[in-house]
Amino acid sequence: MWGDPNQEEIGRECKAMNATANLASRLAEAIGAKRIVAAEEERAAYAIDGLTPGAIVLPASAEETAEVVRFAVAEKLTLLAVGSRSKCELGMAPSRYDIAVDMTGMREIVHFDAGDLTLSVDAGMPLRELEIYLKQKAQFLPLAVPCFESTTAGGAIASGIDSALRLQYGSARDFLIGAEFVDGTGQLCKSGGRVVKNVTGYDLHKLLIGSLGTLGVITRVNFRTFPLPATFGGHLAGFRNCQCALEYRMAVERAGLPLANLEVFSPSVGEMIRAILQKSEGDVPTELGRGEWCVYSSFEGNEAVVRRIAGDLERIARGRGAVHSRILESSEDEALGGMLRESFEWLRWASPANVVCRLALPVVRADVVAQLLQLAESVRLRAALLVRAASIVYFAVFAESEDQAALAPLAKIVAGIMPLALAEKGLSTLLHAPPEIKEKAAGVRTDGTDLALQQRVKQAFDPSGVFAPGRVAGGI
Amino acid sequence: MARRLPLQPCSLRIYSEMVSPPTATINPSLIREMKSLLGAANVLEKHEDLLLYEFDGSVEKARPDLVVFPHTTKDVSQIVKLAARYEVPVVGRGAGTGLSGGALARGGGVMIVFARMNKILEIDLENRRAVVQPGVVNLDITRAVEHAGLYFAPDPSSAKSCTIGGNVAENAGGPHTLAYGVTTNHVAALEMVLPDGDIVRIGSNHGDVAGYDLCGLFVGSEGTLALITEITVKLARKPEAVKTLLAIFETIEDASEAVVEITASGITPAACEMLDGWTLCVVEDYIHAGFPRDSGAVLLIEVEGLNEAVEGQATAIEAVCGRCRAREVRLARDDRERDLLWKGRKNAFGALGRVAPSNYVLDGVIPRSKLPQALERIKEIGKKYGFHVGNIFHAGDGNLHPIVLYDPRDKKQFENAIAASHEIIRSCVELGGALTGEHGVGMEKNELMALQFSDADFALMRRVHDAMNPDCSLNPGKIFPSSKGCGEIRIKKKSVASVKP
Repeated sequence: MWGDPNQEEIGRECKAMNATANLASRLAEAIGAKRIVAAEEERAAYAIDGLTPGAIVLPASAEETAEVVRFAVAEKLTLLAVGSRSKCELGMAPSRYDIAVDMTGMREIVHFDAGDLTLSVDAGMPLRELEIYLKQKAQFLPLAVPCFESTTAGGAIASGIDSALRLQYGSARDFLIGAEFVDGTGQLCKSGGRVVKNVTGYDLHKLLIGSLGTLGVITRVNFRTFPLPATFGGHLAGFRNCQCALEYRMAVERAGLPLANLEVFSPSVGEMIRAILQKSEGDVPTELGRGEWCVYSSFEGNEAVVRRIAGDLERIARGRGAVHSRILESSEDEALGGMLRESFEWLRWASPANVVCRLALPVVRADVVAQLLQLAESVRLRAALLVRAASIVYFAVFAESEDQAALAPLAKIVAGIMPLALAEKGLSTLLHAPPEIKEKAAGVRTDGTDLALQQRVKQAFDPSGVFAPGRVAGGI
Repeated sequence: MARRLPLQPCSLRIYSEMVSPPTATINPSLIREMKSLLGAANVLEKHEDLLLYEFDGSVEKARPDLVVFPHTTKDVSQIVKLAARYEVPVVGRGAGTGLSGGALARGGGVMIVFARMNKILEIDLENRRAVVQPGVVNLDITRAVEHAGLYFAPDPSSAKSCTIGGNVAENAGGPHTLAYGVTTNHVAALEMVLPDGDIVRIGSNHGDVAGYDLCGLFVGSEGTLALITEITVKLARKPEAVKTLLAIFETIEDASEAVVEITASGITPAACEMLDGWTLCVVEDYIHAGFPRDSGAVLLIEVEGLNEAVEGQATAIEAVCGRCRAREVRLARDDRERDLLWKGRKNAFGALGRVAPSNYVLDGVIPRSKLPQALERIKEIGKKYGFHVGNIFHAGDGNLHPIVLYDPRDKKQFENAIAASHEIIRSCVELGGALTGEHGVGMEKNELMALQFSDADFALMRRVHDAMNPDCSLNPGKIFPSSKGCGEIRIKKKSVASVKP
């Protein structure tokens, strides 16, 4: 006998509600009701790729965090730590997601030794607040990541997303000097320390960078900080094609100028930045959106250094046939630098359905860029491309609707990028895509033999698989 | 670096006091198979040959049962498989200049010496990468690329002799790591042989990874997780300008204060080294670099970068040193003067060999703001145990290298040297620092690890270790305290009769 479909649906919903209420009350027993959120509308805000957690926990301490993990292990549940949730879509959809552990309640600066340039903060500390705090001490943390206004220190580390300043300051692995985290057995562990040079024990904290919450719940991170430069400068040059822009970039690199950022971007990126800045009444370099390939450089130091670099860039750009070349006003520099830092954020929301891929290549050549753009042209979709530092390419392709027909060309793009990256001995990562496309890409890895080693690392950190299984591509 | 004088077998702290010595001599059929695999010229088995491999640069000592020299990654893989079949441990070794016993065969067994895997396989000047075998000497990488204005940044004092494989295993540092970071910051990819003989590659030429940063884990794992057989290193571009300053102070306290002030004022020199006045006299007697004989301490400071940056930084450093009562700040006028100053610094440990039968170079880290307190504690501890403790160290990153001068023939002195070293390292940790900044834990400090790590920390490190090296067949007895790791050396040694190859 078939039952009434409506009744069945209602039955399923009731069951789900009961399960949620049950989970919330059991969690409340374990760590106290005031830190548990079970209301459906609030849980929906924590959904990742369509999966909504059954309960949200807001721990107030590392020990409470460990309690939650132990609870989840004992109950055979899965959990994922989140910060501001601005970059939760990075990584693959978890195969299960029972509890969201919201770390934003833990936001203290635990230790700051201005004389040693070292800092230790709780995972939920927002980077913007940290920036304001450090600025008062004439220091800063070169973690210039997208969604900067909301991103937490722990989230920036777990997401592993690029800092726009990586050319000069390296990535987080170069200045994360230690971390505390709860491992998959519910124990509070640490790695590294609070000193700038340290080779004691395994560098487990480096594994947390880009681990997408699959190895532990980060509760505290220790950084090396840097002196705030006295003066900043920005330069923008435009070229008639990608080849010329990349040649100029190479000439700048060969000149050995210490640049904080060096980004080459397609005319479409220039147009998009111009449109956004105009809308927000920000200062727009007038050269943007005129159809050229642009190269943005930022640099810093004392006044003589900034003057020297600016002069050299002007000279090199003119020598390389730049259509335009100019030292930016500081307000323009701030606006353009900020937009480029945020590029992942506005690229992913630039059309109803789109894909944003990140490629890391040994060399970024004009013919590789042309191949990527050709992929978009072949399906008649708009594309945007940005080359960061020496070897990172952000490539976005935009569909104008999110219906099924629009997805096929996007899927074709994703399928085309991977072999291209492989042929160049590089790798590609899907940062943003409609769920259907992302799902198909989940099991695919473009690198070779180290998958088994990564699985061993996961097993060591998280023996019972409590942390967001499946988030790392390859099913880890 | 200075090696203790082998005036008599240094058996005062033989490893049998800490771990069980090998219970059986090496199986003759393992030797036969090794010779057939590698050729007799690549296998050492005689007692007198093996003696050369029972030391490194530390005060530790442990003799391997067999020494082998692979030429290829495949050789390494086959050696590891063969050793596994006979259930004997394996330890990798570069030039043996390490200072924590990392390349000693604590559990006996087969020592794989990478001296003959010493080729630079590929140089990509455009993308500033080099692919090298582990036996390549650190400085040879720079020599191979300096014509193009490039160099390999990590510069341990032993750069002329230490190998890149050892640098990777220990995550080696050096004076210029203050500005440029240690080895891990300059490694893009690795090829490795796992304990089961599997050959794997991690990282990438471009330095970016999908998933976990395995290079971050394996660099500095002290040969306990895998044997490194190929390294892709990142090459740095030589700076446009360099200025080297020698700031001379009446007291070590003033010099320490200057380091704290330089750091706090936001200047990041490329190097900032301190030598105390007594050590300086010893060095001057040996090197004749023109160091003063009547100072309390000197700072050897180097600034690098664009001309415009270097000018400003040198002026600012001079001003800070002046405020901290520097008697004089000298500027090296040319490359010859600069080289002479650095020769004094880099050969300082050797110079100390002239004034005592042996010396014990310690390695601890403290927050830079605590430098004056740390040096005071070191002085007190030296006094308590009746030693003169010299100080030649990387002041700019708080990496201390107190040098205890002692006579290894005197058992009491040796024991006191060890006790003093433990107390100094303990005080580093108490000041918010760490056990080791660049020498590694090895078998020198494994029993001190509990000063820094909890049971939970050890449990996780142990699980990571076991995930890669489940039988503890690679470099046993290192990093972990004997009660919490492979101190007990779980690998069994079969008797000659029981092995059927």
